[in-house]
Amino acid sequence: MATDRLATRVTLAPAFRPPAPARLVSPTTERPAVKWTLIAIAVIFLLVILLLPLVTVFIQAVAKGPGVFFAALSDPDGVAAIRLTLLVAAIAVPLNLVFGVSAAWAIAKFDFHGKSFLITLIDLPFSVSPVVSGMIYVLLFGANSVLNPFLKTIDLQIAFAVPGIVLATIFVTFPFVARELIPLMQDQGSGDEEAAISLGANGWQTFWHVTLPNIRWGLLYGVLLCNARAMGEFGAVSVISGHIRGLTNTMPLQIEVLYDSYNFAGAFAMASLLALLALVTLLLKTILEFRYGDELASARRH
Amino acid sequence: MKRTAQFLALGAFVAAVGLAGVVTARADDQKLLNVSYDPTRELYQQYNEAFAKHWASLHPGTYLQLQTSNGGSGAQAQAVIDGLGADVLTLAVKSDIDAVAKKGLLSTDWESKFPNKSLPYTSTIVFLVRHGNPKGIHDWPDLIKGDVQVIAPNPKTSGGARWAYLGAWAWAAKQYGGDLDKEKDFIKQLYSHVPVLDSGARGSTVTFTQKQIGDVELAWENDAYLAIGEFGADQYDIVYPPQSVLAEPPVALVDKNVDAHGTRDLATEYINYLYSAEGQTIAAKNHYRPIHPELVTDKSLVDAFPKLNLITIDDPIFGGWAKAQPYHFGNGGIFDQIYKPAQ
Amino acid sequence: MAASLTRSISLPNKLGAARAGWSFAKPSVIPGFGLTLGLAVTYLTLIVLIPLAALALKSASLGLPEFWALASDLRTVRALWTSFGSSLIAAGVNVVFGLIVAWVLVRYNFPGRRLLDAVVDLPFALPTAVAGISLSALYAPNGWIGAPLGHLGIKVAYTPSGIVVALIFIGLPFIVRTVQPVLEELEQEIEEAAATLGANRFQTITQVILPRLLPAILTGFALALARAVGEYGSVIFIAANIPYKSEIAPLLIVIRLQEYNQPAAAAIGMVMLIIAFVMLLIINLLQAWSRRRFGGN
Repeated sequence: MATDRLATRVTLAPAFRPPAPARLVSPTTERPAVKWTLIAIAVIFLLVILLLPLVTVFIQAVAKGPGVFFAALSDPDGVAAIRLTLLVAAIAVPLNLVFGVSAAWAIAKFDFHGKSFLITLIDLPFSVSPVVSGMIYVLLFGANSVLNPFLKTIDLQIAFAVPGIVLATIFVTFPFVARELIPLMQDQGSGDEEAAISLGANGWQTFWHVTLPNIRWGLLYGVLLCNARAMGEFGAVSVISGHIRGLTNTMPLQIEVLYDSYNFAGAFAMASLLALLALVTLLLKTILEFRYGDELASARRH
Repeated sequence: MKRTAQFLALGAFVAAVGLAGVVTARADDQKLLNVSYDPTRELYQQYNEAFAKHWASLHPGTYLQLQTSNGGSGAQAQAVIDGLGADVLTLAVKSDIDAVAKKGLLSTDWESKFPNKSLPYTSTIVFLVRHGNPKGIHDWPDLIKGDVQVIAPNPKTSGGARWAYLGAWAWAAKQYGGDLDKEKDFIKQLYSHVPVLDSGARGSTVTFTQKQIGDVELAWENDAYLAIGEFGADQYDIVYPPQSVLAEPPVALVDKNVDAHGTRDLATEYINYLYSAEGQTIAAKNHYRPIHPELVTDKSLVDAFPKLNLITIDDPIFGGWAKAQPYHFGNGGIFDQIYKPAQ
Repeated sequence: MAASLTRSISLPNKLGAARAGWSFAKPSVIPGFGLTLGLAVTYLTLIVLIPLAALALKSASLGLPEFWALASDLRTVRALWTSFGSSLIAAGVNVVFGLIVAWVLVRYNFPGRRLLDAVVDLPFALPTAVAGISLSALYAPNGWIGAPLGHLGIKVAYTPSGIVVALIFIGLPFIVRTVQPVLEELEQEIEEAAATLGANRFQTITQVILPRLLPAILTGFALALARAVGEYGSVIFIAANIPYKSEIAPLLIVIRLQEYNQPAAAAIGMVMLIIAFVMLLIINLLQAWSRRRFGGN
């Protein structure tokens, strides 16, 4: 038994050495058979559950040849969908970035009542179903809402139009940057900033020259995740979009449209673009974790 | 001072959100939104291409953006009422456009604005079955025999669904000659054989063909042919029941929106072109029954349509949409009373 | 820490007054509290709280009897049950395999370990619609996995099992990523001590290591569950969406909205929101418990 051998090694005087055991088993690891079985299980599980779907996207995208592939992407509706997705992300991500930095600053550098409640509220969109996330904006800005008469007078269309899509996307991607920065900045503490202040820097200078360099990798990490989700959101956008081809269809919605039009290769072509985005996101994420792991306080928290 | 600047920057950000929407929505003057029912995707894709060419020939140098939205007819009508900025409505049933007219978005006599009661094409409901028709479905009563599973969309949201319902009701009315209880019972049994109600006709076809659920689909004639074209005649057959309903999907332009967008001329021409030789040919190509078959350039397309025994909505059984819509499909109507899906 | 540093510096006048009696915030030399907190709270209110309040108000305006009638309608209850039940099963499967994956990634070295570690986050980065059509193609009767399973008589796509598969996909990273850091920080000395005290490997794992992992496992389970209950995009393509059988609650909300039955949609949405709140509370409690028992996490 492993422990017997351990006891034997410890109690015998160095002069008398028993023959080395055929296999030295460390007490803190499993037998090789167990170890490799577990590895096999894990690898097969990940391959089947995660990798196969990913591979399927690319294979199905080119199944009908490059012609169909490029047609789906250069089709006016497809181009419009790509443009809309980029526009929505270009608005949602910076706004959430500003919010995230702001909230993290307030939460990490100061002590105040209700701080944990605020953090819980920030986490809220993570638990809410995407469909509900979209529906709340329909309730707020749609026909039967209180705000609707006002919107009609200023001729601003929010529900079933691009602003609604932007708002819904902001909602679902809201917490990403904040959640990344808060623990990071909490870990880093306020020492650097206080030193800067005592040396005569004002708030902006402190933020720009002291805080930002400290948090930039965490910031980038959060922005990456925020962006991936913003471009890929489906449920929330589906509810509030008017599904107008060429106008209010984002890439995920366009995928559904193509799928419903029996254009499966086209749907997968559009999907492969998003899958590529996912891969790039993963790659950048891994690089960030690898090189700056210690600067991402909650490197693995989500 | 700094703080003011910060808040101003903030305000600019917020304004950007709203502005983005306004700007994107107003980018081009020559833009037309056609809000249509579910299965017309391919039809209007082709039609829009042809119409764009036609418009360019009439008005050289103009930039045209033709957009279509597809969905269940009832749901689409509600979306337009809700603010979806449709210039043109090409829906599945008259009562959906009436509902929009009732809200003041177009005049209540819209039907008379275009030829043939605003109907450039008609269609019907057929049975799409698996190849070889293994369950032997030939007529409406076959739908409720044994464990036959019927795929049909939701009458609350889909126009095609309502035509299918009416087709079934027409058979029951003939069979049971006015005995309301027996008629209701037939419809009730029919819908108890429907495992899932998609929101639109195309959704149902996807369920039937992609997900391979069900033995028969109550489909638009054009969608059935499209499915065969997509998946092959060795997969599905079309069965025409001895008697079906004449489905009339009307078109209209939304006065309030076209005047606000300045697209009245464009929208009028868009609808009128549907009645032209080009429009009618495209309709026939997509298996919609053209109202002017004599204009269709390829006669074989017209001959491909079987002659059918079709009941119209104005038949005394139904009494027109004004009566049928609330009676059958309104809140608390016959459908609400009988609907209990297959559990 | 920072507090002592703060007190040794002379404070600006306006904060001096706050020292007497109750103060909202502890005084600090660092500027920007008002601006950043104000900005954060305003944004939060506009984007999150007001729209959620709209939902709550809409539900409240129905009146309790009607709300209850809509929420307890058989189709709604079955839909919630489908969502919740499938999520429980999927989260359970993920606990087992997620634990194994986390263990393998932390404890062992093998070719491709880094790659697999990166891939675990795929469900976070991949859009749900992409996952949906991909899984549905994979498990369909003619798909790469669906076909062999079909020969065995197992149907996955367009059955309730398909829903579970999709939810397993999207929930996996939660378990792995909550367990991994705890595993990494586990001191080897404890295991060695257990070994010297006579425990075999299995006993060490089950009686020493697993209990320490329990808070993380539970947290991951709760996170995966909360995410799965609300999942929409990846499920609707692979599910048959048959009412009472394989219709998930978010889909029913969409259907009610399409039928322009806003009261019903709001009622179901409110129920889901309440479930989300409860889950969030549980997760927070779990994390607090974990911090109390095992120190910082």
